[in-house]
Amino acid sequence: MIHSLFLINCSGDIFLEKHWKSVVSQSVCDYFFEAQEKAADVENVPPVISTPHHYLISIYREKIFFVSVIQTEVPPLFVIEFLHRVADTFQDYFGECSETAIKDNVVIVYELLEEMLDNGFPLATESNILKELIKPPTILRSVVNSITGSSNMGETLPTGQLSNIPWRKAVVKYTNNEAYFDVIEEIDAIIDKSGSTVFAEIQGVIDSCIKLSGMPDLSLSFMNPRLLDDVSFHPCIRFKRWESERVLSFIPPDGNFRLISYRVSSQNLVAIPVYVKHIISFKENSSSGRFDVTIGPKQNMGKTVEGVIVTVHMPKAVLNMNLTSTQGSYTFDPVLKVLTWDIGKISPQKLPNLKGIVNLQSGAPKPEENPSLNIQFKIQQLAISGLKVNRLDMFGEKYKPFKGVKYITKAGKFQVRT
Amino acid sequence: MTDSKYFTTTKKGEIFELKAELNSDKKEKKKEAVKKVIASMTVGKDVSALFPDVVNCMQTDNLELKKLVYLYLMNYAKSQPDMAIMAVNTFVKDCEDPNPLIRALAVRTMGCIRVDKITEYLCEPLRKCLKDEDPYVRKTAAVCVAKLHDINAQLVEDQGFLDTLKDLISDSNPMVVANAVAALSEIAESHPSSNLLDLNPQSINKLLTALNECTEWGQIFILDCLANYMPKDDREAQSICERVTPRLSHANSAVVLSAVKVLMKFMEMLSKDLDYYGTLLKKLAPPLVTLLSAEPELQYVALRNINLIVQKRPEILKHEMKVFFVKYNDPIYVKLEKLDIMIRLASQANIAQVLAELKEYATEVDVDFVRKAVRAIGRCAIKVEQSAERCVSTLLDLIQTKVNYVVQEAIVVIKDIFRKYPNKYESVIATLCENLDSLDEPEARAAMIWIVGEYAERIDNADELLESFLEGFHDESTQVQLQLLTAIVKLFLKKPTETQELVQQVLSLATQDSDNPDLRDRGYIYWRLLSTDPVAAKEVVLAEKPLISEETDLIEPTLLDELICYIGTLASVYHKPPSAFVEGSRGIVHKSLPPRTGSSESAESPDAAPSGAPPSEQPAVIPTQGDLLGDLLNLDLGPPVSGPPVATTSVQMGAVDLLGGGLDSLLRSDVGGSPAMGGTGFTAPSAVMPANLGPPPSGGLGDLFDLAGGVGTLSGSHVAPKTVWLPAMKAKGLEISGTFSRQVGAISMDLLLTNKALQVMSDFAIQFNRNSFGLAPAAPLQIHAPLAPNQTVEISLPLNTVGSVMKMDPLNNLQVAVKNNIDVFYFSTLYPLHILFVEDGKMERQMFLATWKDIPNENEAQFQIRDCPLSAARCACSRPSNQKQLVPEHTAW
Repeated sequence: MIHSLFLINCSGDIFLEKHWKSVVSQSVCDYFFEAQEKAADVENVPPVISTPHHYLISIYREKIFFVSVIQTEVPPLFVIEFLHRVADTFQDYFGECSETAIKDNVVIVYELLEEMLDNGFPLATESNILKELIKPPTILRSVVNSITGSSNMGETLPTGQLSNIPWRKAVVKYTNNEAYFDVIEEIDAIIDKSGSTVFAEIQGVIDSCIKLSGMPDLSLSFMNPRLLDDVSFHPCIRFKRWESERVLSFIPPDGNFRLISYRVSSQNLVAIPVYVKHIISFKENSSSGRFDVTIGPKQNMGKTVEGVIVTVHMPKAVLNMNLTSTQGSYTFDPVLKVLTWDIGKISPQKLPNLKGIVNLQSGAPKPEENPSLNIQFKIQQLAISGLKVNRLDMFGEKYKPFKGVKYITKAGKFQVRT
Repeated sequence: MTDSKYFTTTKKGEIFELKAELNSDKKEKKKEAVKKVIASMTVGKDVSALFPDVVNCMQTDNLELKKLVYLYLMNYAKSQPDMAIMAVNTFVKDCEDPNPLIRALAVRTMGCIRVDKITEYLCEPLRKCLKDEDPYVRKTAAVCVAKLHDINAQLVEDQGFLDTLKDLISDSNPMVVANAVAALSEIAESHPSSNLLDLNPQSINKLLTALNECTEWGQIFILDCLANYMPKDDREAQSICERVTPRLSHANSAVVLSAVKVLMKFMEMLSKDLDYYGTLLKKLAPPLVTLLSAEPELQYVALRNINLIVQKRPEILKHEMKVFFVKYNDPIYVKLEKLDIMIRLASQANIAQVLAELKEYATEVDVDFVRKAVRAIGRCAIKVEQSAERCVSTLLDLIQTKVNYVVQEAIVVIKDIFRKYPNKYESVIATLCENLDSLDEPEARAAMIWIVGEYAERIDNADELLESFLEGFHDESTQVQLQLLTAIVKLFLKKPTETQELVQQVLSLATQDSDNPDLRDRGYIYWRLLSTDPVAAKEVVLAEKPLISEETDLIEPTLLDELICYIGTLASVYHKPPSAFVEGSRGIVHKSLPPRTGSSESAESPDAAPSGAPPSEQPAVIPTQGDLLGDLLNLDLGPPVSGPPVATTSVQMGAVDLLGGGLDSLLRSDVGGSPAMGGTGFTAPSAVMPANLGPPPSGGLGDLFDLAGGVGTLSGSHVAPKTVWLPAMKAKGLEISGTFSRQVGAISMDLLLTNKALQVMSDFAIQFNRNSFGLAPAAPLQIHAPLAPNQTVEISLPLNTVGSVMKMDPLNNLQVAVKNNIDVFYFSTLYPLHILFVEDGKMERQMFLATWKDIPNENEAQFQIRDCPLSAARCACSRPSNQKQLVPEHTAW
């Protein structure tokens, strides 16, 4: 099981260590540093590294490496999932998962880690339970604590811990009872040079914010549930009901949580809401090149495409770029060679265009590779897969909750090859 | 006010100041001080000097302070065992606290204090907590047993905690069940022999019930535990599968993968005709694909596992090719894995898409990735015949880019394409030759030289090209040198007139000026061949080569089956069985897939050789060399290397034999037959048909033709790899592994004795029970020096067949007794029948017929040998001592 955890920042300092069994020396991280050096780029450090006596399984989140040390055969996914959960918990507690936040709250961090893992076995990882055991820091509380001398530690056993619904506290009370669902769909796509779709799929999630008193039992139904054939559920969902009736039936956790995530992959269902016309070329022996990109809307069901940002990793030989844009602003980072063009809304009447000259290092050979365009966008009030919530029913409680559904479509890993 | 203030140090001794604060009367100040201590601890500073002061703060009703002190204790108790005793009383008291949170906290912390003296005090409170009324305390106590076991295993057994733990599997609370299972699994890992997790249908049922109700982590433990269960029949397997399938929709990817493991394993037992089998296959695809939308680290582990799954059951993901397409900002480790899977899934149906993608990748920035992409194009050409032409033209396009590493990779793969499709794409040779000068990597140079040598007759200036390489002969790597030697000999045989000088030059370079034995030996063989019989030389060197098989980098099937049982574990990431890398794996139990119980079996699994002899299970794929590079090199070696490693002792013998007239028989043996073998393996002949017990036909020849080097050994009679006959656990630390071999008429039993005990072993002796063929040791066991702990001795025990005879069942069963100064141990093993066959199996026709008739009819057994590539029908294999004969049915060939 998980033996130890080291948190390492980008400059290679180990700024926190926690051991659940015996103490493992920091020197074990040298193997990690070695791999890091070899990988050149931080994102390319392999997640599983073997050393003579241990295995190092790491994740990279928010510019921090979470490196766990294990000694026996453990499912690596188990470790990776757990590490992500640790990062999520920090995020949840401190608002951000950064080195400063962790250092500022080191004692809480330590208490949390102790609570989350016992002898390498996960103990309590549900945010609801953790928050009952260890109260998240707030300015008010720390002031009150320092005056009254009370602690931020829960004195009693969390109620949900052992019930059949560990994700929910027993006594929840709200004056305004509300249930909100956000249907968020991200389009992952690869578009080739000629504009045809090489690969496209939709990664959808339904994130919920449920503030309901008591023990509400909800069922959420869809107009077109047949779209959902590849779904991952929050543990609260009753699988049998879904199998037989295609209805999501559940007693929700309190607060924010991800209800389901799903994937729609059949090509004909995935509409591509933008198209790109591009000419990026480099001339032989002239140390310059041409750059001309136009972006336009298509298949957007009458909704506006907004928040459009185009990012391009230019080849190493590019020195700088002289461009003019008809809309939005662009920046070029000459160190990282990244061009960012922030467009905003696309109006179909006047398509945004960015064009100009690319200056290459003199004498450098013509770059072989053609850069890919990475595109971000947002479409409000639209689930591109066509998924629609039909109704939400509540059982078990008498009050009438306020209900709401919001749809949004975004670009996920949306790449256009040139 | 943040905790970072705890990190600031004052100039005056920090420890000193903390000490004062810890002993302060004010509660608040104490707590702040402990927090400072913890903060120092988190960055690895040594604050153990404060131990007594911190422990003094333990007796408090403030839970936070208590927890903080506990945190400190866990870290430092080990370094201050005497002081730690001070804490015991408080722990024991806390274990009686009315608040279950405190009871659990106390028992949990106590288990983390790894001090022997404390463990004694822990037993009583732990026993109470295991039976506590509150499930939270019980589940904490279950984990505590595992902790205690880690510190003092004997104590745990003596106190009967293991039984209590087993009882907890039937607990009413699913969380307790999950933790009990987790604890037992961990204990079982260090105690492989014990049957702690003795699963039966009742306990399985309980686990399946708990599975639905416990936390995600608990589900992982339970699923991993279920995977070790062996259902009694296919119906039970199916019912377990049905109850596990809902886990595939879990949001936690580790749960999903553990469920996949259970399903993949139990699926093995289901009949393929079953509707349910098809349903299950369909259900497996979506969750696997979903794993790929997670964070890159998760993707990586998922991809490594998918790689195994795709090899075992390609049908699951055959329609999902596109999800493996690479995005330019994927981390490199994800890119490389995706590429690997793309090639595995490539088929005629999707090859166009795959090729378009690969071509795209070949212009990316990352050198490693580009190289692999270029190789992938070559692999596609070899795998999907219809695409070969497009692949070749794609490769030519890439060569035109003149990017150095792309050109080199392309040449390496084109060589393989030539091997697979002879006389089809040779028109591109001219283009290749243009790039001769830019090649600086040995593999590419070797490949180019091979091409020049192989097609010398079509390349006008082949001699000039090869000569240019010869100039720096000694600076080349061995691979290139060997290749150059072979290529020049080929050239000479094709154009003898102009190249005499060249061949002499290379032969003398190889034989006289080189320190490399491989190179020298090969040089001498050629020299000898050329000087004695140029016609024979031509036949040998220019003989038709076996075609390379299409899948070259598959994991060997038995290993694959074992790895399928380890889906989701580290083993699946490394593609090695745990025994190969997990530390302290002395007793790792090898897992294997359950046998299929359905009726459709016979159609898909060819029967093992009738004798049931171990060597019949030779894998049919070339073992992976760890990377693509190795694979492609191996392509040249032809099928025979697919067998297990051959005995190295036969190297010299084989070579001598080859030079001194054995060549004839070599040539007669079926070179022409081998191409047909493709990758189908070499199983039947070695087991049943030792017509030419010399080197297996193309084993030796392969080396001559070839090429990319690597086969340094010429094999003798087939020798199965050593297997463990007597595990150390059963023989008080003596481990015996061995195999049987036959060398020039003498049978021997090759043994490897390892002393895994702590004491010296001596006085070895060996005896056989009566057996079917009267096998008996021809000499006593020769171990003169005592065997020290951890020492291994290798001996070859000569055998004869004059012992007493008793029919055994199976026929080739051999019971052996080995004695040493400790005890007598018994084991039994099966020996391959071919060790009994004589080499000169030829008989006069009349004699054969006479002997044939002498055998009573009831002794005749018939079986068919499938896929047998050899055409020889002369297979009378007799064992003179008691005139029993094995006569294969001729018509079968």
